[in-house]
Amino acid sequence: MFGLEAKDFRLLLLVTLLTMAAPFILNPFPVDSGMAQFNAGYPDLMQRFVIFGIFAIGFNILFGLTGYLSFGHAAFLGVGSYAAMWMMKLLTMNVIPGIVVSVIVAGIFSLAVGWISLRRSGIYFSILTLAFAQMSYSLAYSVLTPITGGETGLQPKVTDPRILDAALTGNAPKANLFGLEMGSSTELAMGGWVFTFNVGYYVAAVVMIFAFYMSIRIFRSPFGMMLRAVKSNQQRLNYTGLNAKPYTLAAFVISGMYAGLAGGLMVAMDTQVGAERMFWTASGEVVLMSILGGVGTLIGPVLGAGAIKYMENILSKINKDILYEWFAFMPDGLQDFVITLVYPFIGKGWHLTLGLIFMAVVIFLPGGLVEGGQRVAALFKRKKPSDNTPDGKTTPAE
Amino acid sequence: MGILDVKGVGKRFGGLQALGDVNLSVAENSVHAIIGPNGAGKSTLLNCLVGKLIPDTGSVMFDGQSVLGRKPYEINQMGISRVFQTPEIFGDLTVMENMLIPCFAKRDGAFTPNAFAAMRKDGEMFDRASHMLEEMNMADKRHMHAASLSRGDKRRLEIGMCLSQEPRLLLLDEPTAGMARADTNNTIDLLKQIKDDRDITIAIIEHDMHVVFSLAERITVLAQGTPLVEDTPDKIKGHPKVREAYLGESQDAA
Ligand SMILES: Nc1ncnc2c1ncn2[C@@H]1O[C@H](COP(=O)(O)OP(=O)(O)OP(=O)(O)O)[C@@H](O)[C@H]1O
Ligand SMILES: [Mg+2]
Repeated sequence: MFGLEAKDFRLLLLVTLLTMAAPFILNPFPVDSGMAQFNAGYPDLMQRFVIFGIFAIGFNILFGLTGYLSFGHAAFLGVGSYAAMWMMKLLTMNVIPGIVVSVIVAGIFSLAVGWISLRRSGIYFSILTLAFAQMSYSLAYSVLTPITGGETGLQPKVTDPRILDAALTGNAPKANLFGLEMGSSTELAMGGWVFTFNVGYYVAAVVMIFAFYMSIRIFRSPFGMMLRAVKSNQQRLNYTGLNAKPYTLAAFVISGMYAGLAGGLMVAMDTQVGAERMFWTASGEVVLMSILGGVGTLIGPVLGAGAIKYMENILSKINKDILYEWFAFMPDGLQDFVITLVYPFIGKGWHLTLGLIFMAVVIFLPGGLVEGGQRVAALFKRKKPSDNTPDGKTTPAE
Repeated sequence: MGILDVKGVGKRFGGLQALGDVNLSVAENSVHAIIGPNGAGKSTLLNCLVGKLIPDTGSVMFDGQSVLGRKPYEINQMGISRVFQTPEIFGDLTVMENMLIPCFAKRDGAFTPNAFAAMRKDGEMFDRASHMLEEMNMADKRHMHAASLSRGDKRRLEIGMCLSQEPRLLLLDEPTAGMARADTNNTIDLLKQIKDDRDITIAIIEHDMHVVFSLAERITVLAQGTPLVEDTPDKIKGHPKVREAYLGESQDAA
């Protein structure tokens, strides 16, 4: 179906069902239960899941397939965001032009950066991409202020020209899809549960499903096989009559366009952009997402993005008071002791938890969460995990 | 004029003159062996033919066209395939994929942005790759990761990959190095069969005299970067200079 093998089509179908039902799945706890803070089914976070999912899917096409580790992909995300914002300021608050242009502009920018960075490989390539991204970040803050808004960043203003939209009669401009506002939500209360269905989330989710579909097609194409060949043995590739450079450059540009798409969607969901979006930590985050989920696997980057964004938004909100509530059943001395132990890992300390999980994954599950899933599945099937690795997926063991 | 003409090729690494003044002509559809002691410059000469190294002096003509200054992938697309001294294959990929890649390279050229083409629907390529795997006696291993193959199988796979490109000139750098006797004999049979089945020129570097004398129609002896003699196997066997410079030595080493 859709040019996919049955196995891949099932995966696409599963991802589609899960994203469509996400408002239910991510809100498993009743609103006024103690566990409600673990609910992730609110629009803001769900949007982040799918947008960073797109970012990571694209990054994986470069890093997962060719093995070229870019430390500068946040720059493409940022450029996409600025491009989308300018479309909203100049053309229309309809999100379509912004999203389309963000992909194109990020594509052109990544072509230039890739052209230069791919003159080197390995660590030198990584450093070059990092340098480009930090340069973009600094420029956005300084000389490019007329375009980027510098420190304050950019928001749509009532006074922007927006030549395609009718004059806004004093209303604040709102991102929409042919009149359907991104911010609007419908709530559904069922028993103790409340589920929120947000327009923006569903727009972003549909885009992500499409992005995921494209990534499956790329993985299963001769082009995708050549990219894996680049990672495996460039020497053999060259002496087999294949020119590695345009393959890696194409992968670089495709992943840059995915990043731009994610950046455009961010602006569509939350109409503002600042240069911090291009900071190197943002580039590092997508590397973590790919590795945590499973480099070079189809679904891994999406899982990694979800896991990191969940921790960032949920774990970081747990504070000391909540801990006291949880451990209230313990005798006082023990309660204090346990809380002292747990406290460094939550709230602002969530990075520590992330770091430990990351280390555990890299050491014990080099194939990321996907490998974890495969091992669990193998336990049930009583098969060795190695027999279970689907043909065509590279295990990043080396 | 042979299919490959090397004239006055020299290559220096710092203070070491790895190749002196190499002249060599390989006749079309022949098997030409290059022998010589360790460090004689055999691999260096091969590197100059495939674009891995650019010689300091001289010219290399393949089928009337110069290969110098061309990139390795361009030279390969001209019709020269090379098997390396240590097998170079795509270890992370399956045996089938290893065989598919050169098939695609042969049909679609050095770069094709077919990112949305469904590979599994490309029956032509799968047929060609399967056929070659059968010829190499490896059809049963098609789903294995290439890295997990035995050394002998890796070599066979690499030879098969080169052949699937239907090269006009096949360069082999010590294809039986480190092989057990049985594997070596298999390789000799394989190469003989390859030669019988198609129009192909083979240039082979080899230490094992059994292999050389089983296959070669002409032999060039290289010593310290310069060709000592070039002749038929029978003449080479009896050549006093060769015995002195090479054959005696190699029998001790082997
Ligand atoms: N890239 C290089 N840089 C410096 N010296 C080199 C390089 N490649 C080869 N050499 C030197 O050139 C000489 C010829 O090496 P080459 O590998 O061509 O020998 P060979 O005839 O293939 O030997 P063997 O039978 O051991 O494979 C050697 O002394 C080697 O050390
Ligand atoms: Mg050698």
